[in-house]
Amino acid sequence: MSVKLNTRQIGDVSVVDVAGRITLGEGSSTLRDSLREMVGKGQKKILLNLGEVSYIDSSGIGELVSAFTTVTNGGGQLKLLNLTKRVKDLLQITKLYTVFDVHDSEVSAIRSFV
Amino acid sequence: MTFATPVIYSDDTLWPRILAVLCMREDARQIPETLERFLDSTLESVDSAEELAVGAAQRAGFGEDDLIKIGMAVRESMVNAVVHGNRYNANKRVRFSVANDRKRFTVRIADEGDGFDFSCLPDPLSPENLMCTSGRGIFLVRSFMDEFQIRRLEPAGTEVTLVKYMASN
Repeated sequence: MSVKLNTRQIGDVSVVDVAGRITLGEGSSTLRDSLREMVGKGQKKILLNLGEVSYIDSSGIGELVSAFTTVTNGGGQLKLLNLTKRVKDLLQITKLYTVFDVHDSEVSAIRSFV
Repeated sequence: MTFATPVIYSDDTLWPRILAVLCMREDARQIPETLERFLDSTLESVDSAEELAVGAAQRAGFGEDDLIKIGMAVRESMVNAVVHGNRYNANKRVRFSVANDRKRFTVRIADEGDGFDFSCLPDPLSPENLMCTSGRGIFLVRSFMDEFQIRRLEPAGTEVTLVKYMASN
């Protein structure tokens, strides 16, 4: 199974529910293309819900970093929601956990966008 | 309507049966295992190698956390071999091997690429590299495995050796 994305809007926040494997190839490219499209359409507040991400490799981590940089450089905000233990451990090992604004509650995550 | 004849085990035979199964599983972990494959330079091969390694590691008795680490380390190493070493070249293959000698679980992955200077790999944790979108593969392999070695092959190629100790299993 690759990655499946479902985008929904809560106010001015775009929530992207990500499920599956974010790995080199179709998984990471699907996420990349979707986020680029959202940024291109002027989306400034993006919340990635990674609660159903079963697997992520270094390429997937790279896509998260790329998305963060792109959105931030465009004056927007990208936050993460519901990290699984595996994803959280990887972000901590790579010292990226403190770079991202991570939430375990969608309500609090939505409220945190300024 | 018919029903299967129920098999009723007395208390005298049930526990010996359970022990026999457990002993069989214990014996299975003691059997050294080796396997070797020559894989195409494709992303499908990355998946195949990961499955092979995790399967062998599971048979060797590793727990879930170690299985995840071994799988990820193999995946990262295979990606390097396929993407950076062989550059998806259909004429180049990746030699993949797994060896379990009951003390060490060893994976070797060799490509046929031009090689690279692995003596000065950038540190993905340094401030200037932290937000790079790549360059974390080997770092993760080192983090997940007990030993990691890399060497240039002659006349061409690079081989990595990943080792996970089995002492704790």
